[in-house]
Amino acid sequence: MIQHLPILQVIIPLLAAPICFILKEARLVRWFVLIANVMAFVVSIMLLQQVNLNGTLVYSLGGWDAPVGIEYRIDKLNAYLLILVTSISTITLMAAGKSLTKEISESKITYFYIAYMLCLTGLLGIVTTGDAFNVFVFLEISSLASYTMIAMGNDRRSLWASYQYLIMGTIGATFILIGIGLMYMMTGTLNMYDLAERLPEVEHTKTVFTAFAFFLVGVCLKLALFPLHLWLPNAYAYAPSIATVFLAATATKVAIYVLLRFIFSVYGFEFSFSHLPLTEILVSLGLLGIIAASIVAIYQTNVKRLFAYSSVSQIGYMILGIGIGTKTGLTATMLHLFNHALMKSAIFLALAGVVYRVGSVNIKAFAGLGRQMPWTMAAIVIGGLSLIGVPLTVGFVSKWYLVLALLESNWWPIAVLVLIGSLLAIAYIWRIVEVAYFKPALQNNQSYKEAPLAILIPAWIFVLANIYFGIDTSFTAGVSEATAELLFGVAE
Amino acid sequence: MGDMMNQETLMQWIIILPLLAIPGILLFHKKPNLREASTLIVGALLLIAVVAFYQGFDATSGSYVHWWELMPGLDIAFRAEPLGVLFSLVAGSLWLVTSIYAIGYMRGHGEANQTRFYTCFAVAISGVMGLAFADNLFTLFVFYEVLTLSTYPLVTHAGTDKARHGGRVYLSILLSTSILFFLFAIIGTWAEAGTLTFAQGGVFDSTTSKTMMSVLLVLFIFGIGKAAVMPFHRWLPAAMVAPTPVSALLHAVAVVKAGVFTILKVCVYVFGIDLLADLDVTDWLLYLATAGVLLASLVAMRQDNLKKRLAYSTVGQLGYITVGALLATQAGVLGGAMHIVAHAFGKITLFFCAGAIMVAAHKTEISDMRGLGKTMPITMIAFFIGSMSIIGLPPAAGMWSKWYLLMGSLEAHQWAVMIVLMISSLLNIAYLLPIPLRAFFDGNRSVVSIKREHIKEAPWPSLLALSITAIMTLVLFFWPQVFYGLAESLASVAGGTNG
Repeated sequence: MIQHLPILQVIIPLLAAPICFILKEARLVRWFVLIANVMAFVVSIMLLQQVNLNGTLVYSLGGWDAPVGIEYRIDKLNAYLLILVTSISTITLMAAGKSLTKEISESKITYFYIAYMLCLTGLLGIVTTGDAFNVFVFLEISSLASYTMIAMGNDRRSLWASYQYLIMGTIGATFILIGIGLMYMMTGTLNMYDLAERLPEVEHTKTVFTAFAFFLVGVCLKLALFPLHLWLPNAYAYAPSIATVFLAATATKVAIYVLLRFIFSVYGFEFSFSHLPLTEILVSLGLLGIIAASIVAIYQTNVKRLFAYSSVSQIGYMILGIGIGTKTGLTATMLHLFNHALMKSAIFLALAGVVYRVGSVNIKAFAGLGRQMPWTMAAIVIGGLSLIGVPLTVGFVSKWYLVLALLESNWWPIAVLVLIGSLLAIAYIWRIVEVAYFKPALQNNQSYKEAPLAILIPAWIFVLANIYFGIDTSFTAGVSEATAELLFGVAE
Repeated sequence: MGDMMNQETLMQWIIILPLLAIPGILLFHKKPNLREASTLIVGALLLIAVVAFYQGFDATSGSYVHWWELMPGLDIAFRAEPLGVLFSLVAGSLWLVTSIYAIGYMRGHGEANQTRFYTCFAVAISGVMGLAFADNLFTLFVFYEVLTLSTYPLVTHAGTDKARHGGRVYLSILLSTSILFFLFAIIGTWAEAGTLTFAQGGVFDSTTSKTMMSVLLVLFIFGIGKAAVMPFHRWLPAAMVAPTPVSALLHAVAVVKAGVFTILKVCVYVFGIDLLADLDVTDWLLYLATAGVLLASLVAMRQDNLKKRLAYSTVGQLGYITVGALLATQAGVLGGAMHIVAHAFGKITLFFCAGAIMVAAHKTEISDMRGLGKTMPITMIAFFIGSMSIIGLPPAAGMWSKWYLLMGSLEAHQWAVMIVLMISSLLNIAYLLPIPLRAFFDGNRSVVSIKREHIKEAPWPSLLALSITAIMTLVLFFWPQVFYGLAESLASVAGGTNG
């Protein structure tokens, strides 16, 4: 059993999806999906324990050894990501039952859960696999599932958003496929571990450079790096709230994982940072993303869209951390990966509560909500403070590491720009705070109740996690440092 | 109490105690008398606690408490040192008085959302106490931000467009300076010195270049926006839309003093005044602060709104303390520390009076206040005493601090600074004294004076509070030993060659 853990991680949600189809009844499906998620979560915890005990786990699919067969390879980085994805997906599902009944029609709920499980399968698959082509396959599974989820939103624009994402996502996937194809052409292997060994022999060929470039662009499209982020704001804004929470917290993070894996483990630090101007590219695009997306966020009237743009800017922070090319920088990225997932889960779940009661996330609809839905609004405010990077929230921890990494490299001006990014975050968060707390409600006769507990409790789990991991950083900082060391260790 | 509890425990109680008022405040939100009682009881306990702590305080040992480690090297920890004890005494004693005042004011004014008001107030005081005892820059920064965030709802209290606008200015300036400069300086200090813990004689060693330290000093001085160093002072006048008790305690005492307190701390315990005296940039910052003192006084003269005038006066007086720190002499530090106390008692009295006038006579503009001494004699006498202290005239507490500040500038051979400080004191006379004098001796509005029996003062709790602070201002002139002692031991810790 123990040695089959890596495949169980993927198989459980994969099998759960068709079973949902058989179960049909939405209420049954809901509980079943939750149980499957909890199981996946338990598996991920066991995996991390195994990795901590025995080091990297290698699992050959179907007994076929690499490079013929597909290999699953779990080290600290994957194990960390797996815990992140499964825990967030589980907690999000707790709120799904309530939230979905308001946002999508009864008949579609089962299909939503199926898409959700397939998306989870895809994300977990990307993280566990050690095979480059397999990455592409799982990426497509998760993407197709997320197009479906987004299209289920009750706003007519959600169809358009899903279509937009479909086009952009397919272009990205194609680029990734071309990149992988070129790598295969040059090395004759798809196994990442083998790739890492064989690429140095051919690293000066133009084909390898081209492969890297295609791959990079494709992945950056998937992770919505500015200016390849165009699909993201609409997709997040018009998807059902639960889908937004799940995608915002996990999908982009997994894409960043892929980026890290290929930059550091497959191509190696030497190739990525010395032969290519990766530092310049990532740092400049990251910074542009931080500043530009934050400014755009300030002018949004749809609050979900506002936080979607905020996500684009937060991705900028993570990319910037990679771009610095030092261990501290990578630690900052890994920390922010985790921390940003917590912030956005809290905020988007609280927004799910607002959608449930108020039916709108237009900024005008927030007037007076501070008094009517105090717990929901408090969740948004604390999540927002964390985004800004106020001490004793997780946001501060990641900002601290990022600025420290920049100062260590003597990049003072960039550190200033990062802090300016925080100021811009204040501007967009405070627009909401002002309206919610210091504006009287629009219609005097209408008063909204607090969001249902089924949504509020998961949201507050995330809020408390924001504070807890902001105070006790031993787990997050420890794991982040360990993974950063691991990635650099592979490179050396 | 001091005997039963050791100093470490007591120090933690001082930080936590204000928060313990909150359950009572929230629980009794429909019974105003009980709600205010919980504030008053906790306020009284806090006063007892800070006094007991002062009595057991021993500058050589310095109680130390470590709460937890956030990241390696980043600790939430507290240590008692003279300046912190001084600050906690001021804030602790004035919170109780302000709470008494607030009851009269808030009810007399019929303010809404009083539960939120008292809750945020308690959080702010807790933040002040945490800041006062912070052992390192990180802890200080955490409580600094707690103070900013908890006072924001107090500024926007009224909920009007004007209040929201004021709150926006308040928050944006304070948060942006703190993140952009202060936090940056802290991380820079960490990157350079490898420690954030306050240390006697500073944290930097000889490996740090002077340029780097100059940059950090500039970042600190501007980043500590609560000290309202020009040009980052605009939040203070903007904060005047808040209810008067807030302006009185927070924007004349707690928040702004937290700013200058931090500047003093940074100058003494991060840089050390010897090093400070060595840096060229210190002089430039000193001149800037001095110019700020003068400018603020000039702007204050032009304000007709009483609270605005007092706010600009505060900007100027805070400048005195910054100047004291940047003089980098023992007398300067001594004067700066004492001015924290002297200005606190004087200015809070003035604000109390401004609020009392607002509640009783519904007047906010100075030009309408002629002849008011006939109907509000106690308030106007208190105003007179407060003004004397701000100006630095005996027999009010302000004389001592100004005395030492002038001595400090003499010691540092900063003649220009000394002259400017004296001119500014003259300006203080010009913009403060006419208010009580015209209130009493303005014959033109004799209509009011005929009806002498119509004395209409503010509600008694407010009147009581402003009398207490006015009397305290006088008492501190005759018995300044407590504060002088603490300021002295700070100055001696600071070192310095020309003391």
